[in-house]
Amino acid sequence: MRSIVQTVFNWLDLRLGIRTAIWPVVTHPVPRGLGWFYVFGSATLTLFIVQLVTGICLAVVYVPSAADAYTSLQYLNNEQPLGWLLRAVHYWSASGMVVMIALHATRVFLMGAYKYPRELTWVLGVVLLLCTLGLAFTGQVLRWDQDAYWGLGVGVAMAGRVPLIGPTIVHILLGGPNIGGETLSRFFGLHVFVLPGLLIAALAPHLYLVVRQGISARPKPGQPVDPATYQAEYDAELKAGEPFFPQDVSRDAIFSALTVLVVFGLAVTFGPKGPSDPPDPTIIQAEPRPDWEFLPLFALLALSPPEMETALMLVMPVVGIAILFLLPFVSGKGERSPRRRPIAVLFVLIFFVTYAVLGYLGNVAPWSPQMDAWSGEPVPVAMVKGLTPQQLLGAAVFQNKTCRNCHALDGTGGQRGPDLTFVANRLSQKELIRQVLQGGGNMPAYGKQLGPAEVDSLVAFLETLHSADEAPVRGNLADSAAAEDAATAGDASKGP
Amino acid sequence: MNESEPKKPPDEPSLGRPHRRSMLGWLSVGLGTLATAAAGAPILGYLLSPILKTPKNEWADLGPVENFPEGQTRLVDFIDPLHRPWDGDSQKLAAYVRRSAEGEFTVFSVNCTHLGCPVSWFPQSGLFLCPCHGGVYYENGEHASGPPPRGLYTIESRVENGKLAIRAGRLPTLQAPG
Repeated sequence: MRSIVQTVFNWLDLRLGIRTAIWPVVTHPVPRGLGWFYVFGSATLTLFIVQLVTGICLAVVYVPSAADAYTSLQYLNNEQPLGWLLRAVHYWSASGMVVMIALHATRVFLMGAYKYPRELTWVLGVVLLLCTLGLAFTGQVLRWDQDAYWGLGVGVAMAGRVPLIGPTIVHILLGGPNIGGETLSRFFGLHVFVLPGLLIAALAPHLYLVVRQGISARPKPGQPVDPATYQAEYDAELKAGEPFFPQDVSRDAIFSALTVLVVFGLAVTFGPKGPSDPPDPTIIQAEPRPDWEFLPLFALLALSPPEMETALMLVMPVVGIAILFLLPFVSGKGERSPRRRPIAVLFVLIFFVTYAVLGYLGNVAPWSPQMDAWSGEPVPVAMVKGLTPQQLLGAAVFQNKTCRNCHALDGTGGQRGPDLTFVANRLSQKELIRQVLQGGGNMPAYGKQLGPAEVDSLVAFLETLHSADEAPVRGNLADSAAAEDAATAGDASKGP
Repeated sequence: MNESEPKKPPDEPSLGRPHRRSMLGWLSVGLGTLATAAAGAPILGYLLSPILKTPKNEWADLGPVENFPEGQTRLVDFIDPLHRPWDGDSQKLAAYVRRSAEGEFTVFSVNCTHLGCPVSWFPQSGLFLCPCHGGVYYENGEHASGPPPRGLYTIESRVENGKLAIRAGRLPTLQAPG
């Protein structure tokens, strides 16, 4: 038995050069004491392999046709044995891949591992990051549900703002004049062939360079990278190093295994994502939300001032990507240790805090009106107790004119505008009338939408909204007279 | 890896006469370019075909004008006149038809001019509201408040033989609203 194994091995070794060419690579020395910070890259690779395998499995059942994609996803979820689990693993592993590649890039950035002589490894890593994000976005489109349909609409509306060639880009992206069958096929082509192909094409030289340039040693403060002396210093590290296999690789293997287990745990616990409602453009009661990776962008577009919005959505990504690509050429030398690079550390902190805060806001989306609040959230009983008939009418106007979709009372209702529970403590009668008639801020002018009697009753109701222990703001008599003039002349006034 | 200096490859042995080598070299570059262009041109043309043959909006029937009472705004569904046979649900489209008190028709696209989300019409308050970032439009499509950079996109319409038709099919965007 042993001799047969030996014979087969020898036969293969003669042809593949296992002993002479492969074994030295597998056991190449790496610096000592790398520790657990160096495991995120291999975890990204592991999850990518999970994505490849589950993706191929899903592709043999999923139908990339606008007419049948939604049905085939429901079939995968409900009929196909273990289809739900594979969809879930594909979704959670995709999320995990984005997390791992972000951690990996952050680790490389903080430890200055992108510096000489590993600039090209970083550049290829940026390509890998872009491919991963591209796969995350195109994957959402393949979910071909309501979110996918309107999410495409949002993406296309952004692309359509590119000066001069915007409409052309839109047509190429959609594969036609509108979102339809060819759009899905194009995104299927991107998600299944183009982006994975690009990713693998960048991954191969990335891994080659990892072996060729060696894994960077842990950075030591006060030991800057100098191309003249670096190689000699690194060679000394390797002399005292340990072989990658079998010692060092076990940390990678343990972390990758744990990552896969967590992904499976999440998949089994939370199941697949979607599909939500069908991609029927005539169902306009849609509130599209992107997947979590893109929620910060969604929030940024809601919160940025309109005048700089186009610049933000078109210029910021280009500048961001350019900075990533140019980083190793701008700061390819000098200190590697984060202890000596406070600006780098600060930048990472600011980036992740901003990302998290915008992501949270994107999830809560307080700027989105609550479209059914006008009929779904009654005025709290305590607020209408003991009101005069005019004030009661005002409460009805408040609901009926959909004010509630943007304004909360006692915490319920839309969050787009301010909560009006104690509005009379902030605004006088005159100010209330002006705000209602002329709008302002993010509020439309209601001058043309309300009759004088409706304005009067609405303001009468709003004036009752003050705290029990604080008197409402009172305008002086001259002010109220002016306000009444404004109310009768209201039809002519219009907000900005 | 741990080699400080990459080994220089040994000088190539000279094969044949230099003259012949360079001619073969030029031929390979020339033929290669030609072959790449021949194979690449149709591929590019195929991928870019959506812009080479820009489809024009086509008329879609929205039904008899009696369906639209004067002074009201209604949401109508119609089949995308430019749809593909395999479009499924996405061959359906929707638009808001406003018939003024004088009987004039204005048809609005449902897409918000900010980022394309579908706006909802609230007849009680006479406002269109966008669920994504809170854009608001007045009854006549004018921008009322929020982030949208302009009023709602209007769609060309006509009444023929007592039926309302609109010219639609292309997704309106800021620089190509029609």
